[in-house]
Amino acid sequence: MNNLVKNFLSLVLVLLALIATAKVFAIGEIYDFSSTELLERYEELTKELRCPKCQNQNLSDSVSEISDDLRREIHLMLEQGQTDQQIKDFLVARYGTFVLYNPPAAGSTLWVWLVPVFFALAGSFLVWRVLLQAKQRPIIAEGDEEDLL
Amino acid sequence: MTPEASKKFLVFAPLTVFLLMSVFFYFALQMRENRAVDELTSVLVDKPFPDFQLPGLHNDFHTQAELAQGQVTLVNVWGSWCPSCRDEHPYLTQLVEQGVPLVGMNYKDTPEAALDWLDYFGDIYAYHIQDRDGRLGLNLGVYGAPETFIVDKQGIIRYKRVGVVNERVWESEMKQVYLQYGGLINE
Repeated sequence: MNNLVKNFLSLVLVLLALIATAKVFAIGEIYDFSSTELLERYEELTKELRCPKCQNQNLSDSVSEISDDLRREIHLMLEQGQTDQQIKDFLVARYGTFVLYNPPAAGSTLWVWLVPVFFALAGSFLVWRVLLQAKQRPIIAEGDEEDLL
Repeated sequence: MTPEASKKFLVFAPLTVFLLMSVFFYFALQMRENRAVDELTSVLVDKPFPDFQLPGLHNDFHTQAELAQGQVTLVNVWGSWCPSCRDEHPYLTQLVEQGVPLVGMNYKDTPEAALDWLDYFGDIYAYHIQDRDGRLGLNLGVYGAPETFIVDKQGIIRYKRVGVVNERVWESEMKQVYLQYGGLINE
């Protein structure tokens, strides 16, 4: 029994170690920030921005060379005191709106934002109508459904 | 509608919606692939070549002003680490033989490895710009190699190719842009 507990505990330790190393490898290089606020913004930005090369990874996940360079540049710009918007504009000027996982609510990507609103409104309208009809209709016995249509 | 007809219509409604959605997603998927590449390649077209002051590979030094001296120029982003750069080298050699000015941008490489590569494959370039840390590449929106830019007589980027330059790409797209901005070819 004691052995079983020991084995179980060592397994847990090995798994924890694996999780810890995965996290270290994922980052690639480690930057020093002059404040935790900058570090938080760095983490936010690299999650929100897309790697131009790998196309379905954000900058914080990607191990490609270009993502290394872009992370280095973002770190530098944050330390220079640039705003999130300035950093995004810098990247969009070079790699296009492609690098933004959140497309701008203007121009050709406007419909991406409008269509869900349209469907939400249309759906609520349908639900409202169905509920209204159900309320007005007297309860009917089974077999009489045809009268409804 | 009679009750009968409307019931029939309702039976087919889900199928109709399904078919409409299939058609929509099919075209959306087709479009996406091309759009991603277009968007990545088009941002810098019609913008001036970014400013730089960088060493070359032969104890020389180069600036952006050299690209605005009245010649339409190809700027080829390459590296000794890049396998596809070997593939396009013979075709670029042909273009140089036809009198097309070619400048190399040695991207994220070491001068030693780059010079070895040039010794082996042949240095067909007018000169090289050494972008060791990839900063100029970043300003050019480069995300790999090879990439090739057509820069006009005033130093403005007019075209960007991501990937290998070969006869098909040159004849179908690049040659037209090159000639349109006054590039010269010796027939």
